[in-house]
Amino acid sequence: MEPAILDTQAVFDKFPEEPGLKALAEFVVAAKYDREELTITVARENVIAACEAVKQAGYNFLEDVTAVDWYPSEPRFQISYSILSFSLKRRIRLVVRLAGEDAALDSITSVWPSANFYEREVFDLFGVHFGGHPNLRRIMMPEDWKGHPLRKDYPVEGYR
Amino acid sequence: MSPVAAPDQINPGIEDVVADAKLHHHGNDPIADQTMVINMGPQHPSTHGVLRLVLEIDGETVVSLAPDIGYLHTGIEKTCEAKFYQQVVPLTDRIDYLSPMTNNTAYALAVEKLLDLEIPEKAQWLRVLFNELMRLNSHLVWLGTHAMDIGALTVFLYCFREREQLLRIFEAVSGQRMMTSYIRIGGVSLEPPIGLYDQIRAFLLDFPSKIDEYEGLLQNNPIWIKRLKGVGYISPKDAIALGVTGPPLRAAGIDFDVRRDMPYSSYEKFQFKVPVSNDSDVWARYVLRMQEMRESVKICLQALDGMPEGRIVADAPKIILPDREQMKTQMESLIHHFKIVTEGFAVPAGEVTSSVEAAHGMMNYYVVSDGTAKPYRVHMRNADYSNLQALETMCKGRLLADVVAVIGSIDIVLGAIDR
Repeated sequence: MEPAILDTQAVFDKFPEEPGLKALAEFVVAAKYDREELTITVARENVIAACEAVKQAGYNFLEDVTAVDWYPSEPRFQISYSILSFSLKRRIRLVVRLAGEDAALDSITSVWPSANFYEREVFDLFGVHFGGHPNLRRIMMPEDWKGHPLRKDYPVEGYR
Repeated sequence: MSPVAAPDQINPGIEDVVADAKLHHHGNDPIADQTMVINMGPQHPSTHGVLRLVLEIDGETVVSLAPDIGYLHTGIEKTCEAKFYQQVVPLTDRIDYLSPMTNNTAYALAVEKLLDLEIPEKAQWLRVLFNELMRLNSHLVWLGTHAMDIGALTVFLYCFREREQLLRIFEAVSGQRMMTSYIRIGGVSLEPPIGLYDQIRAFLLDFPSKIDEYEGLLQNNPIWIKRLKGVGYISPKDAIALGVTGPPLRAAGIDFDVRRDMPYSSYEKFQFKVPVSNDSDVWARYVLRMQEMRESVKICLQALDGMPEGRIVADAPKIILPDREQMKTQMESLIHHFKIVTEGFAVPAGEVTSSVEAAHGMMNYYVVSDGTAKPYRVHMRNADYSNLQALETMCKGRLLADVVAVIGSIDIVLGAIDR
């Protein structure tokens, strides 16, 4: 396996022709190439614009939206978008980091309607709010459930 | 039939559909439009588990539809975070319970990527063999239940006759009929018993004639044709926008199969066709899955013919449990065994996505490690979950009875949706 490249500029130097990277050049906060997977961090204001840009660049299929809770470190939440290109046969991971105090970002359902269920799941299990989502309700847990089970400060057993 | 007077009194959740319906009707009250809201499931024989659908119907025509899921949510992703890496494998069996070994493979591939493990060829070929047998297993359950939903009860009995043989093969190789946990991190758990390859080969050589038999029951059956042809159409553009994968995506004319396009576990060494259709209706999905079964048989036979010799687990004593004989005779192996069982093994920090083509579509495992012996986050992306989102598009404007046919054609397992 190729060694990991953790420096943003080095990633751009290694893949000068990568259409996803070219499209995201103006939004990139950080980029890494680890275990043959490309991960690009963007600011949360730019999430819709970044998704539009990679979609134009040929990454046409949204596979997955999920989150990781890095509690107690900040910024606490990491939202990961896994985006696949049918023609390039590659995937790219977009990442947005969110502070625990203000866990909210724009919904990308306007770019990919399939984000609907995924974002509802992240809202339900992590308590991250997606602005502009057409139907942001709990999906896995009962409607009257308190708390967000996949947060790291929510215990596996005992509580509730 | 008179419209429902006060839908909010029947069940919480219905008002949401009514509110949705209002949006679709550009502000008109659906009740005033003489539509009716009905509830299907969660205990309905044709919803393949505990899926609840809230439908708004105008006469018998579906105006809007909202799936209500979560009845089977057991928090597997949360449980994974409290287990060692190797203890997660049995949990993955229970997600898509019709193809446990495919789940095992996807999880093992992700962790192996994090560990940078080299898997021996024989283990890879065994994985291919059992992944394809799992596809047959899953498709047989799909065909049986799908046909039963439409009203052809006999097919179910025929399919389960063959499935029983497959379950016996899984029992012979792993000791379990359904929750096999056969594919582990670093390889597979056991050497296949003597005579198993012959048993599988006998089954595979016989199986194409069995597919002919199912087709004999269905292909020219006028009821089957009427209920399936032209039903549940989705355009290729909508299929991509709604995240559809697997047979429904290929039935919509998009030629993408993870096994061929992004090969894993040495699939690139096998010759097989990826069936594609342009009709994108329930019939096309039926035909496509029947062709897929025939292709799976070919892949399995290639795997049996070319099965390499060698080890079935990677050479990594600190990750893989030692042989029992070695454990009892060598001090070093005993220490490794003790360490793995009591402390697990540390996995280098990082995040990876593995992707496999399961029977229902693309299955991804997203595993995040923080450098300890327990996964920091495990997320499963199952095709069932995103394919369900396309249900409304496929059913809208069609008859209520077609909903049953369409649910059968997208082939969902609620265990994989709710996790």
